[in-house]
Amino acid sequence: MATESDENRRDFLVLATGAVGAAGCAGAVWPFVKSWSPSADVLSQATTEVDVSSLAAGQMITVPWQGKPVFILRRTPEQIEAARKADSEPLPDPAKDADRVKRPEFLVLLALCPHLGCVPQPIGTGNYGGFLCPCHGSHYDTSGRIRQGPAPKNMAVPYYEFKDEKTLVIGKATA
Amino acid sequence: MSKIMEWVDARLPVTALLKSQATEYPTPKNLNYWWNFGSLALFVLIIMIATGLFLAMHYKADANQSFDVVEHIMRDVNYGWLLRYLHANGASFFFMVVYIHILRGMYYGSYRKPREILWWFGIIIFFMMMATAFMGYVLPWGQMSYWGAAVITNLMSAIPIIGEDLVVWIWGGFSVGDPTLNRFFALHFLLPLVIFGVVMVHMWALHAVHSNNPVGIDVHEGKDTIPFHPYYTIKDLYGAGVFLIFFCAVVFYAPNFFLEPDNYIPANPMQTPAHIVPEWYFLPFYAILRSIDFLGSFSKLAGVIAMGGAIAILFILPFLDRSPVRSFRYRPLSKQLFWIFVVDCFVLGWVGYNPADAAIFDGALPLIIVGRTGTALYFGYFFLLWVITAFDIEKHTPVPKSI
Repeated sequence: MATESDENRRDFLVLATGAVGAAGCAGAVWPFVKSWSPSADVLSQATTEVDVSSLAAGQMITVPWQGKPVFILRRTPEQIEAARKADSEPLPDPAKDADRVKRPEFLVLLALCPHLGCVPQPIGTGNYGGFLCPCHGSHYDTSGRIRQGPAPKNMAVPYYEFKDEKTLVIGKATA
Repeated sequence: MSKIMEWVDARLPVTALLKSQATEYPTPKNLNYWWNFGSLALFVLIIMIATGLFLAMHYKADANQSFDVVEHIMRDVNYGWLLRYLHANGASFFFMVVYIHILRGMYYGSYRKPREILWWFGIIIFFMMMATAFMGYVLPWGQMSYWGAAVITNLMSAIPIIGEDLVVWIWGGFSVGDPTLNRFFALHFLLPLVIFGVVMVHMWALHAVHSNNPVGIDVHEGKDTIPFHPYYTIKDLYGAGVFLIFFCAVVFYAPNFFLEPDNYIPANPMQTPAHIVPEWYFLPFYAILRSIDFLGSFSKLAGVIAMGGAIAILFILPFLDRSPVRSFRYRPLSKQLFWIFVVDCFVLGWVGYNPADAAIFDGALPLIIVGRTGTALYFGYFFLLWVITAFDIEKHTPVPKSI
């Protein structure tokens, strides 16, 4: 006959075996899950370096960064002026232009509409002197802020820094 | 929970199926550890399908890219090295497990009436495994991949009249190349899923006639059986644990033990490696293929037929063995033949591993002679088993009335 201590012992063994088994399965599943994460060769392309010295005022270029388009606009004094002026207006997603740029003359934007991910058209295509997303008609101003249309947020500003006077580095190098 | 199961069971009797086919499935109480290898084979098949699926997510079948993409998997993909080493060594362990599984069936007479169909489906699985393993080995597109593919596909050219055209058709060109690699990848992806389906049929056939046992006599349900769960679930899990110790030891400490160094050289159609060998699990059959070299222009076809026959003969094994007793435990002559057969398979493997023109004892004994003898012994097993049982030469020892 099984005594009470036998049954406790059996319960403990079943639980302990189950726990070790579950931990083992989780450990075995992890490499499969992790194999979907960006591989080393993809991570090595995590940053994009751009020489911005040749950009004329008012000129915009599109550069690829991590497979996505990034707009770099060298803004004219009028465009900066327009963006600063709009700071005090009621904005759908309030943000100061000064917080969206590192140097006032360079506007760097992740060129994907926060609505559903289309690429907006270049500077000057939308109302407010900025960008128009052709998919669902979102209008962005000269700071890339949403002013009109279905997009819920401003166009994102990717992480970037100026390596020197001429060179802009988009993205952060990771280990 | 029980409410939900009631609802489901009223529509699809899941609980009843699990009870009759898994938890309370009556299993002979005297199964020894050799009976672990069936469930173990299924376990390895699942490992192979899982790792293979995830490798396929990174692999590209392209003669210009495949070699590099495998190195990309090894170096760049997170845990790609682990997935590949599990998969490549998994193939070796799959064959080890299945060879033991087959030999267990041969020793204990598991192929005998009423388990012939069960046995046949097993051989079909084995044959499909060989095809899958061969095509998988081509995918890294190294030197061994390429020349292995070249040699094996060239076997088809031995077929009279249509042979040459057939090989061109299989290649999709006039040599092993990009089209060959692409179709091999597609088939290598498909076949394991077909194998999985046939394994289900194999298990259906098993559950219809129930397991054989080491004594080899029919069991009485209840008196001689115990429920599969927990007795054999725990035993199979224990076996899987022991298996994993060996498997992981190779995967983590000697991952290239079973792999050929030459396969880390990109495929080069202009140059054959000095000594090409198939993977170890094909070596005995490779030795049989090469041992037929004494029939002149007919040798090539005869070698291919002998190699195919070495597997095909397993199909008629249930009819060759005429003994009234299943288990070799009580059949002294069969038992001796069996062990000679096992040793012979190792000898053939060793012959297959060595170059065709090698010799031992200072050249006194060319290996081709050993290979021919080994081939004769291989087929001799089946012939002699028939002779000693069909003509009542073997006198079996007393067989227990019950287990």
